[in-house]
Amino acid sequence: MMEATDVPSLPRGVRTRFDDVRGVWVLLAPERVLMLDEIGLAILDEVDGTRDFGTITAMLAARYDAPADRIAADAARFLGGLRNRRFLDVVAA
Amino acid sequence: MIGIARPIAMLAELTHRCPLSCPYCSNPVELTHKAGELPTEVWVDVFAQAAAMGVLQVHLSGGEPASRRDLEELVAAAAGAGLYTNLITSGIGLTRDRLLALEAAGLDHVQLSLQGTDAAMADAIGGYRGGFDRKMEVAGWISDIGFPLTLNFVMHRRNLHQLPRALEMAEEMGARRIEVATVQFHGWAIRNTGTLMPTLEQAREADAMVRDARARLGGRLVIDYVPADYHAEFPKRCMGGWGSSGFNVMPDGTVLPCHAAQTIPHLSFDRVQDRPLAEIWYEGAAFNAYRGTDWMQEPCCSCNRREIDFGGCRCQALALAGDASATDPVCSRSPHRDKVRALADAAAADAGAALVYRTFAPVP
Repeated sequence: MMEATDVPSLPRGVRTRFDDVRGVWVLLAPERVLMLDEIGLAILDEVDGTRDFGTITAMLAARYDAPADRIAADAARFLGGLRNRRFLDVVAA
Repeated sequence: MIGIARPIAMLAELTHRCPLSCPYCSNPVELTHKAGELPTEVWVDVFAQAAAMGVLQVHLSGGEPASRRDLEELVAAAAGAGLYTNLITSGIGLTRDRLLALEAAGLDHVQLSLQGTDAAMADAIGGYRGGFDRKMEVAGWISDIGFPLTLNFVMHRRNLHQLPRALEMAEEMGARRIEVATVQFHGWAIRNTGTLMPTLEQAREADAMVRDARARLGGRLVIDYVPADYHAEFPKRCMGGWGSSGFNVMPDGTVLPCHAAQTIPHLSFDRVQDRPLAEIWYEGAAFNAYRGTDWMQEPCCSCNRREIDFGGCRCQALALAGDASATDPVCSRSPHRDKVRALADAAAADAGAALVYRTFAPVP
């Protein structure tokens, strides 16, 4: 679960990178590589360690002209998965 | 090259030298001496070649990679090539200053091995007195500096009961992840099957401990678990599938599809000094020998799991069934499964044998 006031951030050792050999964005983490699709990349683009989850989903909803509750559900699922794998830190406000 | 995926990861075995002499070492039985190791500039070129062919992560291992005086330079070169750099270490040979230099060089992550959860066990298994205390000191520096840390607990008959403490230690050290890997029986470990192979009861106990710990520690500590395959229903998907996602470069430049591939005598291997890395990956005879599923026999060819575990381990198939193309005999569908049971039974009867530690052959 992600609360609107939770602030997600990528911890040290986890970062996105454009893989210019394959032409895709990837998330590099300790001994793991995740290929990012457009949605995952769009979500991570808004994760800067200061914005809270509510702000992130509002920005995504505005940018993609999509219902905020659906965006929030997708983003919570994606970020929750990263958090369970310790690829994402979350600080509660 | 159609249909052959680009490699994602490279294991760079920088050296076989190591202060420890663990009796299950994954290095080959014939170890490479210092004089046979690749020089710095060749490794630097290999990292650049690897990055250009799509490798994203390099695991710097050994032996003990800190035994290389040029480790800092090698990390800088790998990071400079754009690779995510992971140091797989026992900790011995690292100092606070070296760790700071590795941080400055761009090291991304540290995987620290744990032979036991106290000095008596760890030093007996590693064959190095004082090793555990040194390791704990290094672990403190690693967390002070803030490196992301994975703890690697190699588990076997003698230390399996220490798993609960190993999990606590991982949390105390601030590790995000622990690998709990039951020892694999290749090379050195085969000489110690009796003393190291967990009993069936131990294997089930470990399964239960891992299950409980995952439920308790979810979101705090990730547990990657390699169960005892001798007591499993299906074999492991070795290397994620032969020649499908990664390769190993040995200290002397030999490129292998897996750690133990040299135990398959009919395979021939290329060296980075002789052939471009990409050519070795796509066209090398050893890499193409067991890629995909065309090489398989029954029961693998018609098995619904053929692209899940790729028939398991080729080296184990050769060692136990006498045929590297056979189904891994640990598979419950293998006609040679009885050999695995016999081996496990023989191991149980030989549990008191003394450990045989890894050693270098004398310099010729």
